[in-house]
Amino acid sequence: MELLSGGDMLLRALADEGVECIFGYPGGAALHIYDALFRQNKVKHILVRHEQAATHAADGYARSTGRVGVVLVTSGPGATNAITGIATAYMDSIPMVVISGQVVSDKIGEDAFQETDMVGISRPIVKHSFLVKDARDIPSIVKKAFYIASTGRPGPVVIDIPKDVTNPNDKFEYHYPERIKMRSYSPAQRGHAGQIKKAVQLLLSAKRPIIYAGGGVILGNACQQLTELARRLDAPVTNTLMGLGAYPGSDRQFLGMLGMHGFVEANYAMHHADVILAVGARFDDRVTNTPKKFCPNAKIIHVDIDPASISKTVVADVPIVGPVDSVLNDMLEILATAEEKQDSKAIEDWWKQINEWRERYGLLVKPRYRTDGNMIMPEEVIRTLYEVTKGDAFVTSDVGQHQMFTAQYYQFDKPRRWINSGGLGTMGFGLPAAMGVQYANRDATVACVTGEGSIQMCIQELSTCKQYHLPVKIICLNNQALGMVKQWQDMQYSSRYSESLYEESLPDFVKLMEAYGHVGMRVTKREELRAKMEECFAMKDRVVFMDIYVDPTEHVYPMQISPGSMRDMWLNKTERT
Amino acid sequence: MRRIISLLMENEPGALSRVVGLFSQRGYNIESLTVAPTEDRTLSRLTLTTIGDDHKIEQITKHLNRLIEVVKLVDLTEGAHIERELMLVKVRATGAQRAEVKRCVDIFRGQIVDVTATVYTIQITGTSDKLDAFFQAVGEASILEVVRSGVSGIGRGEKVLTI
Repeated sequence: MELLSGGDMLLRALADEGVECIFGYPGGAALHIYDALFRQNKVKHILVRHEQAATHAADGYARSTGRVGVVLVTSGPGATNAITGIATAYMDSIPMVVISGQVVSDKIGEDAFQETDMVGISRPIVKHSFLVKDARDIPSIVKKAFYIASTGRPGPVVIDIPKDVTNPNDKFEYHYPERIKMRSYSPAQRGHAGQIKKAVQLLLSAKRPIIYAGGGVILGNACQQLTELARRLDAPVTNTLMGLGAYPGSDRQFLGMLGMHGFVEANYAMHHADVILAVGARFDDRVTNTPKKFCPNAKIIHVDIDPASISKTVVADVPIVGPVDSVLNDMLEILATAEEKQDSKAIEDWWKQINEWRERYGLLVKPRYRTDGNMIMPEEVIRTLYEVTKGDAFVTSDVGQHQMFTAQYYQFDKPRRWINSGGLGTMGFGLPAAMGVQYANRDATVACVTGEGSIQMCIQELSTCKQYHLPVKIICLNNQALGMVKQWQDMQYSSRYSESLYEESLPDFVKLMEAYGHVGMRVTKREELRAKMEECFAMKDRVVFMDIYVDPTEHVYPMQISPGSMRDMWLNKTERT
Repeated sequence: MRRIISLLMENEPGALSRVVGLFSQRGYNIESLTVAPTEDRTLSRLTLTTIGDDHKIEQITKHLNRLIEVVKLVDLTEGAHIERELMLVKVRATGAQRAEVKRCVDIFRGQIVDVTATVYTIQITGTSDKLDAFFQAVGEASILEVVRSGVSGIGRGEKVLTI
C-alpha cells in the first residue's frame, strides 16, 4: 500500500471524493496542505482575495450544482474570516466542507501565532466539526465530513487540521473508505406511511388548498415531484425566498413569493387556505409575520427532513419527517389510486378568488411601479434583466431592496438558478457566490444583482474574476444609499437617515472596473437601459459592471405589517390591505 | 415543568461542549448536568435537568438528537423512573448540635463520612427534593459547604437506554 503524508492524504481523499475544485487562501498553518495541492493535478484551486469570499464562492458552487462546496483556509484570521460564509451556508442548509489549518498540536492552547479555536468559534454555525489529531484519521474524517455535509438536512462541516498532522515527512498507509457508517447519525430514509396517507386525504378534502414550498425542495431534488403534485391537485403554489425556482415561476399555478415582501395573492391565499402543504420550508419569521395570527383556518401538513424544523414556530397538524422527494413520491402514488375525489366546484371557486386577487394586486399582471417618469425604477431593471437573459440566467444577489426586487420580478422557472443569502442575509454574498456559480457552469450566463452598498463588501473579488476568467455580469442598482435601511427609516423612524447615505463618497465604479481590467457602464437614462443591458450580456467573456442609477426614493412593496397576520400589508407608501 | 433528559453520546472530546453550547445558543436553561463514561468506554451517559413547557422540551430533545455525537436520548420524566442525586455537605456540629445533626442524618438515611471536633461531613443520596429538604431540617445557618452531583436517572422496569 502507498505511503502518504497527511497533506497528500487530504488532497487524495478530496480527489477520491470527486472534488474538482476548492476555494481558498493560503497561510502558515496550511502550507503543507498547499504544497500537497501543488504536487497534484486532480483538484483545482481558486485563490480568492478574502476568505469570506472563499466560503461564499464554494456556497454558490454548491447551490448551483447540488454538490458539496469545498473551502481551504489557514488558521487564525483565515479561519475567522471564513466564519460569516459558514454561518451563511448553515442558515440556508448548504452542503459545504471547510478545511482550516491549525497551529501545531503541542502549541494549541498557548496563544500561538495565528491561533484561534476554530472548532469552538464555529460550533454554533456548523452541522458538525472535526479536529484531526492523527494523520491516519484523515481519510475517514474526510469521508464522514462529506457524508454529513451532504445528507439529511445539509450543512457546513469544519475540519480543523493542526500543521504537524500534515507534515510531509510523516507518511502513513492511505486507504479511502468506500462507505461510512455512523451509529449516531442516520437521516430519515422514508416518511411515515400512515402520516402520508393522512396528508393525502386532507389534501383531497381541501376546499382551499395551497402548497407552500421552500428551499428544502431544491436541496432535496424534489422539484419534479412538487410540480406533479401541484398539477394533480390543481393547487396554487407559493415559494419562499429560498424556494424560488422549485416550482416554475411563470406557471399559471404559481402565486409568487410569500412573506414579508411576498405577493399579495400569495399571502392572501395562505391566510384564507383551509389546508396548507408546507414542504421543505421552516415557517421563518420573514414568512409567517406574527405566528399567533398565522393562517387561522388552516390545517397544516409539514414535510421536512429535519424533525427540529417541524412545529418549531407553527404547530403542524400532520407532521411528516422524511426526504421530500420520497415523501412526495409516496403522495403521488397514493393519489394515483385514491378513490376520494376533490371538491372540484370548491377548487374552481378558490381559483376564481385567487385570480381576482392576482388581477387586483399582482405585480406581474401590470407594472405597479411608476412607468411615466424619467427615473429608472429598480423593478424595471429586474424586468429588463429577465427579458434580456430570457429568464434563463443564474442570478445571485446581495442583501437589501435589490434582493427583494429580484425575488419579485425575475421569474425563475428552474431550480438552482436563484442564489441568495436568505437566512443570514449576508451583504457581500453576491459577487463571490456568482464566481462559484460561473466556475461550476462555465458557459452559463451569470448575473449578480447587487447594490452600491453590498458590492463594496466583497468588491476585491473582481481581481479573482480576472485571474480565473469568470465573466460574471454585475447589475448594480445604485440608489446612493443603503436602500432597505433607508426604507425602514422612512417607514418607522420619520425619515431620519441615520448612517444610511453615502453622500458624495461612492467610487467611480466605471473607472474602478477598468482598474481591475473589466468593463464598466454607467446607466442614468431610462431609455438607455435595455440597449445597455443587451450590450452588457453580449460581452460573453468579460466581467461587466452596470452601475445603474435608480430612483432612490423607491420602496419595496408589498410589505407585511408587524405585528399582524399574513394578509396585513402595505401595498405602497399610502395604501394598505 | 422540570424534566430529566438522559442521553448516550460518543465519548469524544468536544461532544460535551456541543450539548452545553446548544443550550446557551438556543436560550434553554440547564439546571443540573452530570456526565461520565459507561461500561462501553466509547460511550458517555449524560443526564441533565431542565425546565420548560412541552413545546420547549420537544425542541430541546429534537435539537439534542440532531447533534451528530448524540446516539440515543430519553426524556426520563415521560415515564416511571428513578432519580438520584449525591450530596456532600459540611455542617458545623458543636455541643448539643452534634447529636441533633446526627439524628437528622439518620432520618435522611445519610452517612457521616468525615468528622472533626467541630465539623461533620455528610453524604446523602436521594431525589433533589429530598436533598433540599435536608437543608431545611438541619438548618441552613449551620451549613458550611455543599457539593451536589447533579441528577442521575434511569427508567424503571424493563426499559433500557442502550444502543
